[in-house]
Amino acid sequence: MMRLSRAEHKEIVRWTEKLRPTRQCMKILKDRFPSHSQSTLLSIFSLEYQKRIKRTFSRHHVPDVIESYYQRYLSEAKAQPTAPVLLELANEVDLSPALMARIILDRFLQGQDGGMPSKSVLNSMLKEPSLIPDQILANNVYQCTINDCCYGPLVDCIKHAIGHEHEVLLREKLKEKNLSFLDENHLRTMGYDKTPDIILEVPVAVEGHIVHWIESKASFGDDQSHRTYLNEQFWSYWNRFGPGLVIYWYGFIGELDCQRDRGILLKDCFPTDIVTLCHATQQDRSPESQNKDKE
Amino acid sequence: MAALLESLLSQKVDIIKVVDWLKSAGDEEKLSISELGLTVHKEEFVPFLLNFLREQSSQALTHGPATPAKTPSRPRPAAQTQVFSERRGCKSASGGSGTRGASRVQLFSPSSVSPGPEGSHCLSQLNFNNLEEFPPVGSSPISPAASKPTRRINPTPVSAERPHSKPKTCFTSTPFSKPSSPLSGVEPLEGSMTGGNSLSLQEERELLKREKTKRAQQVGSPQPSSLEPCTPTKTVLKTGSKVTPEHQTTCPEPSKVTFSLELDLLVELYSTCISENLVPNIFLELFFVMQLLTSRSPHTHDDEQESLCAAHSHSGVQLVHNCVYFAVKVLENQFQLVAHLDKCTLRLLAENERVASFSPHLRDRLTQAQDKSTAKVTELYLSTFIHSVPFQPDTDNRSNFSSDKAFHIFKKQRDIFYEVLREWEDFHKEPGWSFDTALGNRIRGMMSQMTSAGNHSHFARLFLKQLIQMCKGPRVNSTSGDTPDADLLGMLGAEGLGRLKRLEERLIQPHGVVGPCPPPSFPGYQEFFRDFLQAASCCQLNQHLQDSLCQQLLQLDEVSILSPPASICEREEEEEEDGDMEQQDEKQRFSSVLLLARLLAKFLGFISFLPYQTSEKPSREIQDTAIALRSKSVPVLDVCAVLRNSMRRRRTILTVPWLVEFLSMLDFIGPLLLCYRTTLGTLLLLYRRLVLGRCEEMCYLNKLLMVSVLGWLFQINPSFFIHSGEFRKLLAAFVSGSTAKSGGIIRKITPTSAELKDTPAAHRSQQKLQVDLEQAFFHNQPPSLRRTVEFVAERVGSNAVKHMKATLVNELVGRGEKMLRDGLGSPNSNPSKLNDSICAQLCDAGLEALARATRYKSLFYKCPAVLATSENITKRLATEKACSWLSANITGN
Repeated sequence: MMRLSRAEHKEIVRWTEKLRPTRQCMKILKDRFPSHSQSTLLSIFSLEYQKRIKRTFSRHHVPDVIESYYQRYLSEAKAQPTAPVLLELANEVDLSPALMARIILDRFLQGQDGGMPSKSVLNSMLKEPSLIPDQILANNVYQCTINDCCYGPLVDCIKHAIGHEHEVLLREKLKEKNLSFLDENHLRTMGYDKTPDIILEVPVAVEGHIVHWIESKASFGDDQSHRTYLNEQFWSYWNRFGPGLVIYWYGFIGELDCQRDRGILLKDCFPTDIVTLCHATQQDRSPESQNKDKE
Repeated sequence: MAALLESLLSQKVDIIKVVDWLKSAGDEEKLSISELGLTVHKEEFVPFLLNFLREQSSQALTHGPATPAKTPSRPRPAAQTQVFSERRGCKSASGGSGTRGASRVQLFSPSSVSPGPEGSHCLSQLNFNNLEEFPPVGSSPISPAASKPTRRINPTPVSAERPHSKPKTCFTSTPFSKPSSPLSGVEPLEGSMTGGNSLSLQEERELLKREKTKRAQQVGSPQPSSLEPCTPTKTVLKTGSKVTPEHQTTCPEPSKVTFSLELDLLVELYSTCISENLVPNIFLELFFVMQLLTSRSPHTHDDEQESLCAAHSHSGVQLVHNCVYFAVKVLENQFQLVAHLDKCTLRLLAENERVASFSPHLRDRLTQAQDKSTAKVTELYLSTFIHSVPFQPDTDNRSNFSSDKAFHIFKKQRDIFYEVLREWEDFHKEPGWSFDTALGNRIRGMMSQMTSAGNHSHFARLFLKQLIQMCKGPRVNSTSGDTPDADLLGMLGAEGLGRLKRLEERLIQPHGVVGPCPPPSFPGYQEFFRDFLQAASCCQLNQHLQDSLCQQLLQLDEVSILSPPASICEREEEEEEDGDMEQQDEKQRFSSVLLLARLLAKFLGFISFLPYQTSEKPSREIQDTAIALRSKSVPVLDVCAVLRNSMRRRRTILTVPWLVEFLSMLDFIGPLLLCYRTTLGTLLLLYRRLVLGRCEEMCYLNKLLMVSVLGWLFQINPSFFIHSGEFRKLLAAFVSGSTAKSGGIIRKITPTSAELKDTPAAHRSQQKLQVDLEQAFFHNQPPSLRRTVEFVAERVGSNAVKHMKATLVNELVGRGEKMLRDGLGSPNSNPSKLNDSICAQLCDAGLEALARATRYKSLFYKCPAVLATSENITKRLATEKACSWLSANITGN
């Protein structure tokens, strides 16, 4: 059951508040809510954790705080060169490990040649820690990246892959159902200004609602993300292509599915109740007209 | 006039003479009856008669919804009330009518001043008819001296200087040398009174003044709300509410009808007026008749009292028995008109126990008419489902914009537009919500961005397309949730009288004539588009919209209409059911073109006259200046030429309804400008020529449509159609009613073929879903695809029908007859079996033809799914067309 009530969602959110983005914490969450899928819980946690980080990041991202983290890292790394000191520091101050790694690496590079390191250099080093000239720092950065389930190049990569996977899954399901569609790439070449993942060339009805387009979201639909998606994507699709379907593969807050009559339908899986245009060879004639004939 | 009526009722004048006079076209406006020394003008007599009937029945009509009879459109000389109540007071029966009549003759006839209904218009606005102000029967007898002259208000020349001053103040404080308007919003009538002499006017004014003072005293409150112009409905309702609805109504009985002779005479006169188009709006009259039919006596009188009343009031229409008698007689008399009402209305009428008890024959005819009726309340089956305007790469992608920036800005603007629309949908009904406060700045911000990017034409297209999508259909107010269908279904559960009451409400609702607050002229979503334009107040956008609206309208006006066969008029009755397939299609297409043209014309009118709209009528001087100024510039649309052209080509059935919409948006000055004045005059002539009963080149329903739209336009002031030469008076109509908009009634009579009827709910929803899906399919395809599919389906369908006609039908009918004779199975099932087998064969023919169709389309389309779907839709449409032709024609066998 991936369609959660707002109350259920709130309960999960309450539990995530104290957790860190680590595997151990994910296990705690999973044990607490065994009836929900791990992906759903992870997605909810991820959204909540991102909110938390957005709220608190400015607190960490001030020069003297950065400097103090850097100095602590230097001294601790010196004392225990093999220990994951940076990861521990991040968890201690409740900052995403991957972001902590970025801050420290940034500071390290500034110290190396004095100037501000370019973003691309920074990103490539985060992605590929072996490029970092300092071996110990490279290890620490690597530990941070692989132990952060919410931020960092690895997570970005996983998210992208999952997103892509679900789009592929969706396309396969559509083909299976013999539904003809255009995908995003196709639409872009035609010059559309906003493009959902899928446009059905021949619309269908899902649970009695017309569907022209389908957007696949490999995440959980909570209030905030859904609101943002509505404003930035879903309504724009409606404005151009008419009513459509959003699939939140990892579930959503059930109460958000309130725009069905206005043309935005939410599902947590590929729908089963699909009605297509059926054209019987002989058109069904209404009982009325038959009665009329009998007169 | 009163004298004429008196003489008629007392049979001193032969009714045939008067009826013939009423029927005589134009040339005989005057009727002279030498033996009585009477000279009566048609334009005086008709309003007089209408008012007389309303007055007579007013007591019984204190129930129910806003009475149209009490709207300003009604010529209602208050004097009549007085005269008749006075008569009641002095208990004089017909014996006294001689003298009384004579005095009236003296009062009304000799003056060459024609007391046109503008005056009564005044009076009705002053609400003299109001029962609160003027309690009926004896409760407060009014002296003859005071009551007689009131009628003389009619020709009062008024000036525009004090358009909103209280009537009372006008009459008591304004020097006669400087006449001022007794009513708000009524155009001065200078020059309208041919030969009106100032002396008689002065006299009248003096009398009026006295009368006004007197009445003011009677009323007690110096400024009762009911004296406010245009509030009659309100007060009427108030009066109505005083009469407890639960108060047992008298059950009307044919045996209790009194004065049936007089009533019959009135029926004949009244029916003649309706048949001859002498009434301002036949639908209002029909409504009045319905009111009479459902009337109640305000108090339970015992029989003695009732007949007493009746005796005093001479004709006694105010008695429930008599009201119902009169109504039933009129319905019988106007059966042709009644028979064209929608099925449900007919059913309600047929099931009405009063109709049954007063005229079983009428009931039977109504029952029969039900089966034939093709008119529907919600005629066109349109998907209820609201679309956005699809993004079409052909017109909307980057290559259609001058720069990346413009393209990007338009992307945002499209989204803002819909965001605003959704917000409006959510909040506009909430109390205290104001369009401009909530959305104004966002819209204006959007406009200024648009100006910098030069995107107006793109936005104008989006705006118009969305307008058409949302407002074209007959169901204008989708937000109400109370669909006419649901309403009607609900009615079926109610009891007889109650049903008719609701029917009555429904009948008046589309008129929505001026009440305390006129109904919105832009119902449903139209309101959003109007408010948007007002908030945006962007001249560039308006210009683009005007250009586009003009172009689309003129294109629509040119749409080819297959006219029915020449013999249509005689065949009219069968035509409805027997209709050829092409003709049914044509009707549907025509209604759709008509609805669209009316919508576009309304918005073109709105935008075009927006710069000139004023909340108050400008003064005479300003008017003159404005006329001089505006007559120099070219109007947005050459309405004269359009109308002339349309008349020449006999296409008024399409042109007039939309022109009426356009003209209804005119500002105060508009009708004074030569081009509009001429057009209005031409429309008037057109209206007077449209006599429903007469079989001419135009078929009945078309005439009905024209009469109803023009009636609506003129209804606001009936004087207009009576004094054809007086264009000025038309102003009054616009002044008082240009914002009171309806147009709903036409839809009630537009015949179209029904798609979904009484099929079971589940089946119906499945069918609906399929229809929606089909609509949705075309939504994101270029419009050319739909046109192609429709074209091919049309051709294939009609070829199939031709084929069937030529071969299959003859053969199958022969076989069917044989089957019948052989007595195989129940005879009843034969036609349907026949139908089925024909359909089966038809499908083969259809499939063959589709091979051809496919070739057409493959030229346009590469995508197999789109092609296949188009094919299937084409097939379905073609089959459906052929089947509908079949079922229509096989039934007859």
